[in-house]
Amino acid sequence: MQSLTNRSRVVSKKTMNFWERIYLPAIFGGMWITIKHFFKKKATLRYPEETREFSKVYRGLHVLKRDENGAERCTACGLCAVACPAEAITMVAAERKKDEKGLYREEKYAAIYEINMLRCIFCGLCEEACPKEAIFLTDRITPSNFERENFIYGKDKLVEKIDQRIDVSGRQKHITEKK
Amino acid sequence: MTLALIAKIILVVAIFVLTLAVAAYSTYMERKVAAFLQDRLGPDRAGPWGLLQPLADGVKMFTKEEFIPAASEKFLFILGPGLFILTALMTSAVIPWGPALVIAGEVIALQVADIDIGVLYVLGVVSVGVYGIMIGGWASNNKYSLLGAVRASSQMISYELAMGISVITIVMITGSLSLNDIVGQQAQGTWNVLKQPLGFLIFLVCAFAETNRAPFDLPECETELVGGYHTEYSSMKLGLFLFAEYMNMFISSAMIATLYFGGWHFPYMDKLGLGPNTLAFLGFTVFFLKIVFFIFFYMWVRWTLPRFRYDQLMHLGWKVLIPLALFKYVGHGGI
Repeated sequence: MQSLTNRSRVVSKKTMNFWERIYLPAIFGGMWITIKHFFKKKATLRYPEETREFSKVYRGLHVLKRDENGAERCTACGLCAVACPAEAITMVAAERKKDEKGLYREEKYAAIYEINMLRCIFCGLCEEACPKEAIFLTDRITPSNFERENFIYGKDKLVEKIDQRIDVSGRQKHITEKK
Repeated sequence: MTLALIAKIILVVAIFVLTLAVAAYSTYMERKVAAFLQDRLGPDRAGPWGLLQPLADGVKMFTKEEFIPAASEKFLFILGPGLFILTALMTSAVIPWGPALVIAGEVIALQVADIDIGVLYVLGVVSVGVYGIMIGGWASNNKYSLLGAVRASSQMISYELAMGISVITIVMITGSLSLNDIVGQQAQGTWNVLKQPLGFLIFLVCAFAETNRAPFDLPECETELVGGYHTEYSSMKLGLFLFAEYMNMFISSAMIATLYFGGWHFPYMDKLGLGPNTLAFLGFTVFFLKIVFFIFFYMWVRWTLPRFRYDQLMHLGWKVLIPLALFKYVGHGGI
């Protein structure tokens, strides 16, 4: 019969000869293989001391960017939340007061902005949806935690600090080059 | 007299401590060897290269909950691991650890007891060892433990025969049952492994089976029997069982080295022209290195070969090893 995949093999039921039946050559062969692995380079990475090298377009922990003047870019339009396939993003919008001009770029801003990192699948659709270049994915990893509540990241963790800006240009450059 | 007595007491304590230390570090070595054979690194967090890992394991074992099942036979349940570790420790008494020391004109043998039936003593004590497993497994009142215990006892009985017969050929060569004489004979002539390669192979396989090590670790076969005879054990009682297994490994490595690899002897030993004490030290080091190699060999085999099926185990024991050993024994006697 014609085989479809060319991967089928005819089972051979040949009886073992003397050397195969005493198994010792096979055992020594196996031990030779394992001892070779003894001296091979180890696959283990000592995690906190060493970190794995990420791809240039790695999608990790999110950041909410500020503009050049230090004002938050997010205008709480909700497009990221709509785009999110895991429904991990929620936000509450608020109107900017007169004296808050330096804090928020647009007249509307996110009073509460939360991403549930246990729901998030790090697909990057929020980043694509954002019209204000406010949310980006970075090469940072979400740290582990004992409590589920601590995985709901609010603005305190998401918005970058004014004096510690987070560089997202590496990933962005590679994405645009690809396009 | 008093010097000899003091030396003997020191020796007993030293061997006791050595056995414990080697058993403790065998657990570390096992994990390291397993990891290295599988392209991993193994424990490396406790101390430099994870060297304090046995200590951490010990602390863990002692602080775990001590659990005795309500339906168990309490006295025997506690007796089991104790008996197992006792027999594991007793065997080391007759092993010659090195050439004799000479201190202040007195010859001090590096052997706790040079009894003239050393080989018989070892075989006897080792076969008592299975009682620890049997009692522990039976007293747990658990079907898996019982099955493990039954497996252990039938395995030990089957393999002790072939082991005994292959040792008899050694005894026939030497003409003595004393381990000291067996080593002395090999120091003068050649090592027994060269004279008896087949006997060595039989002894090695039986030693694996006797110590319940893979590929013969059916008594504690996790996939079928949960944990085998120590399913119901927790805390340090479990620790003792595991510890005793490593001690058995140490002792059986020492026995393999003594019976077949010349014990403390190394080639050109008497041509070096060294004093007896230096020679004793060197001899002990060589013996210890041989033991460490065989412990490594045990681990190497464990992480290479899959476990036997029970009928295969019995087939190998009764239909292959015993006839082979008998054939060798009769052939050797005939010549």
